[in-house]
Amino acid sequence: MQETTPLIEFDAVEKVYGEGEAAVHALDGVDLKIQAGEFVAIMGPSGSGKSTAMNMIGCLDTPTAGHYRFAGIDVGALSRDQRALLRRNYLGFVFQGFNLLSRTSALENVELPLIYRGMPTKQRRLLAMRALQRVGLAQRENHTPSQLSGGQQQRVAIARAIVSDPAVVVADEPTGNLDTKTSREIMDLLVSLNRDQGITVIMVTHEADMAAYAGRIIRFVDGRIDPTVSQEAAQ
Amino acid sequence: MILEALRLAKQAIMRNALRAFLTVLGIVIGVGAVIAMVTIGNGATAKVKADLERLGSNLLFISPGQFGPGRASSEAKPFNIRDVEALRSQLTGVRAVAPIAQKQTTIIAGSENRSTLVRGVDNEYFTAQSWELESGRLFTEPELRSGRALCIVGATVRKQLFGGADPVGHGMRVNKIACDVIGQLVARGQSGFGSDQDDVVIVPLRMLQRRIAGNSDIPSIYVAATPDADTAAIQRDIEYLLRERRTGVGGKQDDFTVRDMKQIAETQTATTTVLTGLLAAVAGVSLLVGGIGIMNIMLVSVTERTREIGIRLAIGALANQVMAQFLVEAVTLSLFGGILGTAIGLGLAWVTTGALGVPFDIDLGIIAIAFLFSGMVGVIFGFFPAQRAARLDPIEALRRE
Ligand SMILES: Nc1ncnc2c1ncn2[C@@H]1O[C@H](COP(=O)(O)OP(=O)(O)OP(=O)(O)O)[C@@H](O)[C@H]1O
Ligand SMILES: [Mg+2]
Repeated sequence: MQETTPLIEFDAVEKVYGEGEAAVHALDGVDLKIQAGEFVAIMGPSGSGKSTAMNMIGCLDTPTAGHYRFAGIDVGALSRDQRALLRRNYLGFVFQGFNLLSRTSALENVELPLIYRGMPTKQRRLLAMRALQRVGLAQRENHTPSQLSGGQQQRVAIARAIVSDPAVVVADEPTGNLDTKTSREIMDLLVSLNRDQGITVIMVTHEADMAAYAGRIIRFVDGRIDPTVSQEAAQ
Repeated sequence: MILEALRLAKQAIMRNALRAFLTVLGIVIGVGAVIAMVTIGNGATAKVKADLERLGSNLLFISPGQFGPGRASSEAKPFNIRDVEALRSQLTGVRAVAPIAQKQTTIIAGSENRSTLVRGVDNEYFTAQSWELESGRLFTEPELRSGRALCIVGATVRKQLFGGADPVGHGMRVNKIACDVIGQLVARGQSGFGSDQDDVVIVPLRMLQRRIAGNSDIPSIYVAATPDADTAAIQRDIEYLLRERRTGVGGKQDDFTVRDMKQIAETQTATTTVLTGLLAAVAGVSLLVGGIGIMNIMLVSVTERTREIGIRLAIGALANQVMAQFLVEAVTLSLFGGILGTAIGLGLAWVTTGALGVPFDIDLGIIAIAFLFSGMVGVIFGFFPAQRAARLDPIEALRRE
């Protein structure tokens, strides 16, 4: 990644749901640049467009107007499958609700992204075990989500996000369902991924305590970025 | 990827094993019915052919009346012994002319009794039918002329009434008439149409006419041609002769029918074919219903697993990969139904052919077709649900509880 090309770049991005009178501007002209290797926290009141922006960053969604560029690629111009390939190769997701496959072992959950890459079973197992080790769950490989605590489930989800060695981990309220102590453990894990492996981490949170782990805080208000807060945190 | 899809399909099906089983029941029944029917039908056809070969292709069967619309064969008067004598003296190229009169009646031996077909014949019957004796002897001319109460029994009668022991020299009662058993027939098994040819008691024609039927009618006659004879020519001769004797030449329509046994067998085979065709239609409907069942359950499955699909799409599954997963699941289901149906159909056919005494031949062609069809049902009816899964929006899908 060259310094001149930001990893993530929003150029007057708009996202409009519905039409006419009922139209909701979830994103209303957002300009944003995130460099590779950053740890960014996104904050803001409910309904301010944080998740909408995260879906955009994660190439799950495309702008109604404006441009979103991922490593210089205009994502809005890509087909569904091309975006899927971007996600597969460069992005990892961590969700508030963990989103693990139920009745499926931790190991198999972590293997999932590699399956779609067509990786042979043996190599897949190895990488998945390594990712589980990385999040400190090597002993729980055969446990299913229902046999794991919330914090452990989120660790499995993080292992799944990093198993394919992504450039970016996108985490929408990763600690939203967890108690403070567990939240801190998860944050420590994200920080170490960012620091030790150089993974760009973008995280939505409502809690200032958690946002404090990030290198930069971006605040959304009514589908726009609050300029004062962003500058302040950018130092 | 296909292996992976197969593994996922197995997993998904095993998690809802009972549901999967109920879903494929339509296909099981459809495939089972076709396999059973075709296998039994083939066996029956093979048996008819085998019977025919044994009889020789040169056996003619004469019965009174005309078969056709608005004409019952019972209206026509039966033949008599003079007709038989005329045939014997005037036909050439003929091995045997065998008059037959028969009646279903009760037979008793010791404490056993049974309702059996009693057939009155003379010795030419055995020639015409190429039916030999296991033991004992045929009737003598004086015995035939006087209509003595003697009988030759079939294998089933021997088994049922004499416990399998040689009955020759024993006595039995036929329609309350005391008879001496003088012979037993070689076992023949069942006819191609399911009736037991060995459940029979043969008596002199005169005896049956006078003491059981109470008349001197001859309801049917077999004519066996010599192997090198022209059966069609003999058939014409018989028709000419009987026409002269019964209705007079010209004018009225014949009141008798001469049929080549080969034609009869062909008619019966055709009937089997029609029946098989009908069942194939029923099976087709069953497969259709089964397919709709699969589509229904796959739609339920896609709805239940929306979140799972969302996760797969989010982490980089292509639309085709999700599509393949659900298609393979549908095809696995329907093929499972096809395999189960084939097994049950073959089992049913095995039992039935055994009971009918016809050969059990597995027709690999029809099994291949059954598999092909059940696979196709999976593809056709799995397509729409799979497409629905593949087209889900990952954001919407992930939001679903
Ligand atoms: N699929 C949708 N259809 C219609 N409106 C939507 C849709 N998704 C989001 N919105 C609207 O867009 C706006 C922004 O939603 P978004 O989910 O991005 O908020 P958020 O900042 O993540 O809020 P929260 O903190 O509660 O998660 C909201 O007003 C929401 O109602
Ligand atoms: Mg949100």
